[in-house]
Amino acid sequence: MDVIIASYNYWIYILLMMIGLYAMLSKNNLVKKIIGMSIFQAAIIVFYVSIGAKRGATIPIIEHGHGHGAAEHAVNVMNYVNPLPHVLMLTAIVVSVSTLGVALAIILGIHRRYGTVEEDEIMEKIQ
Amino acid sequence: METKICIRPLLAILVSLIAVAPIVLSSKRPNLREGWTFIAGIIKFSLVASMVPLVLDGVRLEYTVAQVLPGMAIKLAVDPMGLMFALVSSSLWIVTSAYSIGYMRGLDEHSQTRYFSFFAIALSSTIGVAFSANLFTMYLFYEMLSLATYPLVTHHQDDESRYSGRKYLAFILGTSIGFVLPAMLISYNLAGTLEFANNGFLSGTTSKTVMTVLLIMFVFGFAKAAIMPFHGWLPAAMVAPTPVSALLHAVAVVKVGVFSIFRIITGVFGTDMLRSLELGTVVAYLAAFTIIIASLIALSQDGLKRRLAFSTIGQLSYIVLGAALLSPKGMSGGLVHIAMHAFGKITLFFCAGAIYVATRKKNISDMVGIGKRMPVTMIAFLIGSMSVIGLPPTGGFFSKWYLVLGTIEADQIVMLFVLLTSSLLNAAYFLPIVYKAFFCTAEESMFDDKVAEAPVWCVAPLSLTALVSIALFFYPTLFMRLAEMALGV
Amino acid sequence: MISPEQYPVLIVVIPLLSAFIINVIGWFRKGFSYPLIVLSLIITFYLSVSTLLQVVDGGAISYRLGGWPPPFGIEYVIDHLNALVLVVISFVSLAAAVFSKESVKKELPDRIPQYYTLFILLVTGLLGMTITGDAFNLYVLIEIAALTSYALIAFGRDRALVSSFNYVIMGTVGASFYLLGVGHLYIMTGSLNMGDLLSILPAISGSRAIFVAFLLIIVGIWTKMAFFPLHGWLPNAYTYAPTATGVLVAPLMTKVSVYIMIRLMFSVFSADYVFNTLNVHDIIVWMAVAAIIGGSLLALTQTDFRRMLTYLIVAEVGYMVGGVWLANSAGITGAILHILNDALMTLCLFLVAGIIYHKTRGHHLDDIRGLYRKMPFTMAAFTVGALSMIGVPPTVGFFSKWYLILGAIDAGQWGFMAALIISSLINAVLFFKVIEVGYFEPMHGHHDDGHHEVTIDEAPFSMLAPLYVIAVSLIVVGIYTSSIITNIIAHAVPKGL
Repeated sequence: MDVIIASYNYWIYILLMMIGLYAMLSKNNLVKKIIGMSIFQAAIIVFYVSIGAKRGATIPIIEHGHGHGAAEHAVNVMNYVNPLPHVLMLTAIVVSVSTLGVALAIILGIHRRYGTVEEDEIMEKIQ
Repeated sequence: METKICIRPLLAILVSLIAVAPIVLSSKRPNLREGWTFIAGIIKFSLVASMVPLVLDGVRLEYTVAQVLPGMAIKLAVDPMGLMFALVSSSLWIVTSAYSIGYMRGLDEHSQTRYFSFFAIALSSTIGVAFSANLFTMYLFYEMLSLATYPLVTHHQDDESRYSGRKYLAFILGTSIGFVLPAMLISYNLAGTLEFANNGFLSGTTSKTVMTVLLIMFVFGFAKAAIMPFHGWLPAAMVAPTPVSALLHAVAVVKVGVFSIFRIITGVFGTDMLRSLELGTVVAYLAAFTIIIASLIALSQDGLKRRLAFSTIGQLSYIVLGAALLSPKGMSGGLVHIAMHAFGKITLFFCAGAIYVATRKKNISDMVGIGKRMPVTMIAFLIGSMSVIGLPPTGGFFSKWYLVLGTIEADQIVMLFVLLTSSLLNAAYFLPIVYKAFFCTAEESMFDDKVAEAPVWCVAPLSLTALVSIALFFYPTLFMRLAEMALGV
Repeated sequence: MISPEQYPVLIVVIPLLSAFIINVIGWFRKGFSYPLIVLSLIITFYLSVSTLLQVVDGGAISYRLGGWPPPFGIEYVIDHLNALVLVVISFVSLAAAVFSKESVKKELPDRIPQYYTLFILLVTGLLGMTITGDAFNLYVLIEIAALTSYALIAFGRDRALVSSFNYVIMGTVGASFYLLGVGHLYIMTGSLNMGDLLSILPAISGSRAIFVAFLLIIVGIWTKMAFFPLHGWLPNAYTYAPTATGVLVAPLMTKVSVYIMIRLMFSVFSADYVFNTLNVHDIIVWMAVAAIIGGSLLALTQTDFRRMLTYLIVAEVGYMVGGVWLANSAGITGAILHILNDALMTLCLFLVAGIIYHKTRGHHLDDIRGLYRKMPFTMAAFTVGALSMIGVPPTVGFFSKWYLILGAIDAGQWGFMAALIISSLINAVLFFKVIEVGYFEPMHGHHDDGHHEVTIDEAPFSMLAPLYVIAVSLIVVGIYTSSIITNIIAHAVPKGL
């Protein structure tokens, strides 16, 4: 039980991932598959964001600063969240949105060509 | 032994490869096209012949073409063994080209440009095998030869040749990739080199079991030597036009197979080591089995070319047997048999082709009395048969004589019986053909008495090779000398 | 003149910029797209070759984007390994671009600029993947390459859209796994720079999290490279893609993924970790055996020429993965050499498939009937490519197989050796099946004896020229294998194996 609570962020992302993976693999509707894909990607984003967070920390902008006093006060890392994972996730979000866009465009094309977005119906029409 | 760097072996290989370009370009003018073949053939032969005096003086010519991998090169070397084989193949190419003209034009065959082009490539690869200095180079040319002969075997492009071509590749490419390639890599892994050495580069590197496995992989892997059970491609390849069967499937291709086995035994394993491990006997028994069975099958064949093919399978195993005897006399007998059998067997194939061109007959049972119609051809056939059987006054007598001496020298009395039995069988499947061709009653004869030979382009080459077979009985010195030098006797 | 020190960044920037230019100019002048893409790829090719020569002369180059020192900024690292891969990518994409002229005009007449924009973006992504020394930057570039290839495949006909969709799903899963793995690495080390990771990881190599990270990354990359049994998306996607896409994607995508695997194994986790700490190479070599045999057997059942080739790609991926995991220098040499060689062979064969489709509107085996008479030049090049796939010397296919088999013998992996030999034999059967169809069977509508004259009807010059360059290079590169190995690959193999 302690293990689960101590690292609950991991369990949340694993749960989200599994939901996403399940949708991607087992849903018949292509749009639902894509929703699954988005959940899957969001899970990873949540994971990254959570690893940068620290209890009681604030945004990574140096408070004491503004030029004169910054040098005297050593910056205490524990007071700030780690900005790097967050920044990385901005890029990852862009990537996942683009993937979503491409996937939706392909679905549009499929709908135009086959008149349906249900996988089994498409397969029937292909054969 | 003196070693010299010399580009002549490379030129001898390249000349026919380069000739492909003018052959293709002059495809619309047949006389010019065949002219190129002759020019290439004569240059090739002169290049090979020009190396004879040097080699007889004990010089080894070497040339490194390209360093393809670290520690492994495409490298050529001319030694007596290779030179002898190159001499036989390049001289017979000229003769066969003349015969090809008669045969192909006589039958008005299609795609003659392709035919002459691939013939030239095949000859390049043959000389390449003869002059290879290491196993890798030999493998390279061996594969090149397999592929270059495929369009020749399947020349007719009908269903039968398609099936035969498939069988041809399945045996030849299948064994070379399936057996030779891994065996070569394992040898390289063991010895760190693939350079042929006088006492074998593998000797002393591994256990007897591994050696045995490798030896058997090599012997079966070079399936061009047609050792049973990997002989099936040779009868199938008889769908090819007869000049192809004559030069490639009696001389170049099949002899490349036995030549490779010779090289494996002398250059890779080394005779001393094989003798001490008693591995020669294994190969000898494989060869002996093939000799007897092939001769027996040949007896029952009615198709003339098929009978010749099975005869070839048997004779090839003579050569392998000679190598496997591991005794100087037996091995030189085997080597000389490469040359002697070449001239004899090519004569026989030429005759089969000439009969086909003149009468369209393929089966022996349809050839009763043909001696009266085609006397020159059938006399040549007789000479060729005598050479293959090993009767004087033909060259074949010498090689068989040495083989017999070799069996005694090696104390292999079983093999002596195999040789004698097989000679009887050889006589039994050749002489009746000649007998029925000449000595039959007028009612039995299937032909008119009028002499009507095949075109002169067909008859002249076969007469020439028949005469050479006789000449080799009186002047075998060159080949004997080369063979002895090759084995260091 | 720009100093050679800036070449590494230009290798990525030039195709990226020309993507914009092609797109913008394409609005006004469609005809400019083709010359522009060829021009920019020629420059890229020149830059990659001179970078390779720099590396051969002076060792690895490190380039700091914007001057930020690692691990804060993104670093491009070019050593012998990726310098070679860069040359392969730029060479193959140049040939593919030159080739694409007629086929794009014919298949996608109204979308030429858009198509070429995506085309060169894909090349940018591949080059970036190869050149970068930063694990997260790699993720972004993997996705750039993937997104463009989804679109490039979706341009195709028949089932292209559906197979592209499956590719999107699988590709995203693969990339997400990779990202997740990188996240674990970041938690443990606090760095994303590959060089940095390599120096930190040995201290904590016992950690479970590192193992999980490794597993996630390798599975992610395997999905991307279609390593059997994760290959499901590949055959359909590559079969129905437009000709020009197939020619670009088939030779490069899997090979670059193999490169990424090698890069991550040796430059992030270190050879010592992957081979000694983890004891998984036996299993992975057997998976490679399954890939080789499975891919080859599936190829054997196909009746469509191009589809057959796609299954061969699956088998060839097995060659490379298995070679790397043989864990000895011969095997790794073979795998790296095969990246180059297989790219050339696959390109050659896909160019042939493209030409056949261009001339006959199909690439079924039936469409190949009688082509030896009708298109002798194309089929001659095809024969060279086929022989290389079979592994006949002196074509390139033989030499990589040589090293792979030597590696297998060294490692005592007899199963892998047998798989390579069997795959060569199956390839021989496969290609001679095609050759038989082309050589023996008369063309459609000619059911006579087949001995009449057929007029030669060859592909346009812009298609034949790249095909011949590649076919000749199959032999030339084969003969120069020695210098490639001693000058380049020998330095790329981790020391001490």
